Amino acid sequence: MATRSKKTQWVEKKLLLFVLLWMAGSAGCFVPAANAKDVFANDGLHDPQGPSFNELQRPDAAFAGFPVDTVGNKVRWVQALRDGMITPRTNIVPDTKIKILDMDLILGNTGDNAYVRFPHRAHTEWLDCANCHPDPFKEKFGTSGIKMGAILEGKFCGKCHGAVAFPLTECARCHSVKPDTFRGKFGVQPVEKH
Amino acid sequence: MFNLLKSTNRTMTPLALFVVAVIVLLSASSVLAEYADVVLNRHAEAEGVRPVIYPHWFHRIRFRCKVCHHELGFQMKVGSNDITMAAILDGKFCGMCHNDETAWGLEHCHRCHSGLPGLKTGIRGDNKAGGPGDY
Repeated sequence: MATRSKKTQWVEKKLLLFVLLWMAGSAGCFVPAANAKDVFANDGLHDPQGPSFNELQRPDAAFAGFPVDTVGNKVRWVQALRDGMITPRTNIVPDTKIKILDMDLILGNTGDNAYVRFPHRAHTEWLDCANCHPDPFKEKFGTSGIKMGAILEGKFCGKCHGAVAFPLTECARCHSVKPDTFRGKFGVQPVEKH
Repeated sequence: MFNLLKSTNRTMTPLALFVVAVIVLLSASSVLAEYADVVLNRHAEAEGVRPVIYPHWFHRIRFRCKVCHHELGFQMKVGSNDITMAAILDGKFCGMCHNDETAWGLEHCHRCHSGLPGLKTGIRGDNKAGGPGDY
């Protein structure tokens, strides 16, 4: 093992002292211990003085066992639903008609990016047709004028993706069809067996 | 600090890396709001109660989006629903479910009116996305 010079040892000692002081100084952030693990204690939203503060369910407790994502709520919601981890109600009005549409679209005109595969099924499992049609998406394929810039401004897909659904940092989840190997037609795709 | 990282003395590198790791970890220790939480404070504080924190995640476990955004008529853009306590008491908006039948009733004021004073109305994103148009 290489012998360390006196100067190096001096620097190491100073560094160690620095780290210890830093840790001591930061200890205040973790006190009281009971609050350190409570995600509502300093989330910048909830008031710990609120009379019902302790009655509220915490997301980390609620999400235990859910399929994990890297963004948003860190939950794969579509998968959680399909796996039966959650069973959210589809309606509260008894005669509301529940429609699930199993139809993929492929959207081209994506510049240098991969084409977009849009799954109606994953969306209609959560949403009603009227949430997207006719505003902001016209039913007739290719007539809505979808632009990535508009999406980034919170229009079209950006109404949900980036606000409540997985954010727009996850390009490849939508831009998933490689143009150099795609031989089909844009628009409605043949139904795939699930 | 940067001289240490460039140091030719290899025995220093692990310690320098450790110091950097500790600093990074300590700096990143602040907790953020849960993704898609909505603050409603157009009326709340003016009426003398805490702002409302609406958790999308909590409701999503129990109801699909379509229940509130189709059946109950909540518009999807923050600020586009004029949600007043009078309307809720009249069985509209939150009052469609929070009626002691579908969900617990309106006597639990502080479960919704649970926000810190001074919060601004809006939707909260995560560390990567602050909401629509906020990239």
